[in-house]
Amino acid sequence: MRKSIWVYHFAASPCNNCDIEILDLLTPGFDVERFGIKLVGSIRHADCMLLTGVVNSKVAGRLKRIYAQAPKPFFVMAVGTCALDTGIFRGSYNVVGPPDKYLPVDVYVPGCPPSPQAMISGAARLIEKLKGTKKGKKS
Amino acid sequence: MNFFEFFLFPGLIFTVFASFLVSWIDRKITALVQWRVGPPFFQPVYDFFKLMKKETLVPKGANTVLFLFAPLLSFSSLLLVAIVLAKTNLEGIGFSGDLFVVVYLLLLPPFSVITGASASANPLASLGASREMKMVLSYELPFILALITVIINTGGSICLGEIIAYQRSSGVVMGSFSGFIALIVTIFCFQSKMAQVPFDLPEAEQEIMGGALIEYSGPPLGFFALSRWMMMAIFPFLAVILFWGGISSPAGILKYLLILVIVILIKNTNPRLRIGQMLRFFWGPLTAAGAIGVILAVIGL
Repeated sequence: MRKSIWVYHFAASPCNNCDIEILDLLTPGFDVERFGIKLVGSIRHADCMLLTGVVNSKVAGRLKRIYAQAPKPFFVMAVGTCALDTGIFRGSYNVVGPPDKYLPVDVYVPGCPPSPQAMISGAARLIEKLKGTKKGKKS
Repeated sequence: MNFFEFFLFPGLIFTVFASFLVSWIDRKITALVQWRVGPPFFQPVYDFFKLMKKETLVPKGANTVLFLFAPLLSFSSLLLVAIVLAKTNLEGIGFSGDLFVVVYLLLLPPFSVITGASASANPLASLGASREMKMVLSYELPFILALITVIINTGGSICLGEIIAYQRSSGVVMGSFSGFIALIVTIFCFQSKMAQVPFDLPEAEQEIMGGALIEYSGPPLGFFALSRWMMMAIFPFLAVILFWGGISSPAGILKYLLILVIVILIKNTNPRLRIGQMLRFFWGPLTAAGAIGVILAVIGL
């Protein structure tokens, strides 16, 4: 599991800045396929959801529905300052809160936008966490 | 056919691991073409066993039996093809008409994709299924024409063992002009049978998000992925048997790798066609080329 993380990208009303940085990860410079990480199109194929942006009132219901459709075990990685604490959109009329109000987030990657290196370190933290859960299950 | 042959070599275990290897070669060469490093050697193994451990979800409104049966149908028919081809190549024996058995067994994976997609109650999946149906319609005609060329060139035998034996005694099929045309036609047909990139319409990730496989998760998805990889392992092998006299020595594996690399390079250097363009391409230029191949073979070129 920790050597083959398939990622589904959920854009919960971001400004698309983080999303462009995420696509950077697949390019020759960073090449996350070295770690078996692959972007997939359907939530049913995925092991990890990459969440960008604040959650607004329109997206909240869909976010919960998409998360419910995911096959377990499933992990969530929140990318960008908006996904941490709504960032510069705090207090906006249609923002209903950061994503962790709606679903359990496993790894946070701060930055506006986070650099690809920061995202790779986030993925490394997720892998560390997966190793931890495996040990926890054994004992 | 005893237990050892069926489950170890050249059966289940060997075929599955050969397809893991071929899938790794595919991903590594793709990465090298794009100036990347690429996945580690055991990546397909990790992927497959991870999918085996995931949860299986059956969507609401889906036909559960068909939905779960389709991946197994695809996998088992490809396994049979692999065993028939490998045994024919190793021992030079076969039964009369096994060429047609292979052709019909190779039609089952597309049909299982159609069945599974139609059973999954998803609009994008049914779009993928409809595209798969059109693809089956378009590539079967030139493929059969190419096979007829092979049959004429090898003295009218419809047994794979005889085709190999004929080529070993009196020259390979692709050495003749008609055989070479048939080989090119066949590579295009295999490319679309494998749903590789110029013709990967049923699974177009960017447009219909996995298409026919969109609702699959966990082990069924694993079996569909495995049958994709097995197709990738089987089709270059079939091409070597039909056109290049089979693999008789360890050096013969180079022939196999050459055809595999050609297929992967076609995949990496072409954009995806639309379904109309694809149908026109297969029923126009390729069918014409196949027909020319048959005519040349009848003349004796």
